Amino acid sequence: MKTFVCIKYVPDTSEAEVKLNPDGLTVDDSRFSFDINDADNYAVEESVLIKEAQGGEVTVLSIGPKKSEVMIRMAMAKGCDKATRIEDDRMADYDPLMVAKVLAGGIKGQEFDLVLTGCMANDDWHMTTGVALAEELGVKHASMVNKVELLDGKVKVHRELEGGLLEVVEVELPAVLTIQTGINEPRYAPIRGIRQAQKKELNVVSLDDIGVDPASVNADASQVVLEKLYIPEMESTAEFIEGEPEEKAEKLAAILHKGGLV
Amino acid sequence: MGNVLVLAEHRQGALRDVSFEMLAVAPGVAEGMGGEVVVLLLGSSLDDMAKKMTEYGHKVMVLDDPAFENFNGEKYQMALSAIIDDLKPAVLMTGHTAQGVDFMPALAVEKKLPLVSDVVELNYEGDVLKATRQLYSGKVNAVVAFKPADTYLVTFREGAVEAPEASAAGEVEKMDSPLKEDVPYRKFVEYIEAEVGDVDITQSEILVAIGRGLKEDKNLPEIEALAETIKADLAGSRAATDAGWIPHDRQVGTSGKAVKPKLYIALGISGAFQHLAGMKGAKTIVAVNKDPEAPIFTVADYAIVDDMFKVLPKLTEKLKELK
Repeated sequence: MKTFVCIKYVPDTSEAEVKLNPDGLTVDDSRFSFDINDADNYAVEESVLIKEAQGGEVTVLSIGPKKSEVMIRMAMAKGCDKATRIEDDRMADYDPLMVAKVLAGGIKGQEFDLVLTGCMANDDWHMTTGVALAEELGVKHASMVNKVELLDGKVKVHRELEGGLLEVVEVELPAVLTIQTGINEPRYAPIRGIRQAQKKELNVVSLDDIGVDPASVNADASQVVLEKLYIPEMESTAEFIEGEPEEKAEKLAAILHKGGLV
Repeated sequence: MGNVLVLAEHRQGALRDVSFEMLAVAPGVAEGMGGEVVVLLLGSSLDDMAKKMTEYGHKVMVLDDPAFENFNGEKYQMALSAIIDDLKPAVLMTGHTAQGVDFMPALAVEKKLPLVSDVVELNYEGDVLKATRQLYSGKVNAVVAFKPADTYLVTFREGAVEAPEASAAGEVEKMDSPLKEDVPYRKFVEYIEAEVGDVDITQSEILVAIGRGLKEDKNLPEIEALAETIKADLAGSRAATDAGWIPHDRQVGTSGKAVKPKLYIALGISGAFQHLAGMKGAKTIVAVNKDPEAPIFTVADYAIVDDMFKVLPKLTEKLKELK
């Protein structure tokens, strides 16, 4: 089984105030810590589980800066075999259809049975890249997958729908699966793996190296324009309880009690 | 012709809310483009659903073919590809749902058309279609403008707008199925219904819900102590179920349960829209979160900006006293 797993290096903005850069088109991410995108972390684990069960090889594919190599090495420490990092500032990375074209360039011409991606990126929330990538590669796909079972020449997957409902479908291989969080329990990288990962092959390539014409994935090629970003006003009608932590707790308890809520 | 084609979504014989919600947005866009709203229904045995969709004054085109009895992204892509060629809509809108996200990106690549996903606002201004979408868990909004194209593709977020009131009756028009042969590559096997656990949180009076802020499962006893004190059931966000802190059947949100307790206490939950969609119907909402910008505060009645672990022990102690 030959698997590619596509991962993205994203900022953790869950507990931080987000500010824009003066260009109004990008976010000032200088103060954020970066790590592997949540869903991609599950995709890495799934690719390693598949390799452990079926044999084969897993290649990590990522578009990102030099500093993202920490994340790529970590994926290799968990069991992925080699990696390609694409770095090129000519692509319109705000348009997932352009990103999918670039990722396809990183895969085309090589043999594969499966491509796994996370189903959504924490930063831009598109849920578009994986399914678009399948079409670029001319293979089948299933999105929002939370169980993978390999059969002969095809894969049986559970797709997560709404309200806990699951859809079971079979898809012919080769295929792209976009992986949902919670599908497995991502492992911690073993010390030995971390050491080995340093010696594994990590190729850094540009668009030219992978045969993607920059003019086919740049801002001119994209059919959308990122016009502006803005910070929405948070509208809250909540009563904010003030004071030291213990005071806040006492006040809240009193409110809940007085209001007959508990 | 600037028609806006809205794909009505349904599952297991029932129309989904987003089908109606899109009808709050589509007419303004269609008017700007000098066209009309046309609703499209794909499926099998669609009479009742078609009738329901006509109640908003738009034409409803019905494609009745047993091949569409259950959703199949591959068949949807093939059908919509043919329908775009045939009807040449200016806009094709679907829900940003487990259905929409499964075929719209592939359709966009196949037809070389632009797509903007997870749209919460759609406007046609000065001959340009503009979509607003959210980034970074709703902390940043982006306005994306479409360059001129034959058809603009949009997946629209469920719950972003209120559905309109039913108005005049529209007509139903049947259309032929463009699927001439069976599609072999993807096969629908079955549905698996949601798990049922020991507690049905949709019936709970009081819920204490945890999120990523719990950090690790050794902190659970503190939460359980609070829940026990006020006779609440435990629930949680997607992050809490993914981490295995609470069982799947206790997940609140789009992919979990929609709950409406009289009191909902959200601890360390940032409040992604998928979570808010599942709990904003609660009568009273209390939120405790370190991040003053957390979207959970937009739906809260009482808010505490602080580390939950500094607040919890005293809260539980005080509530015990007051009992």
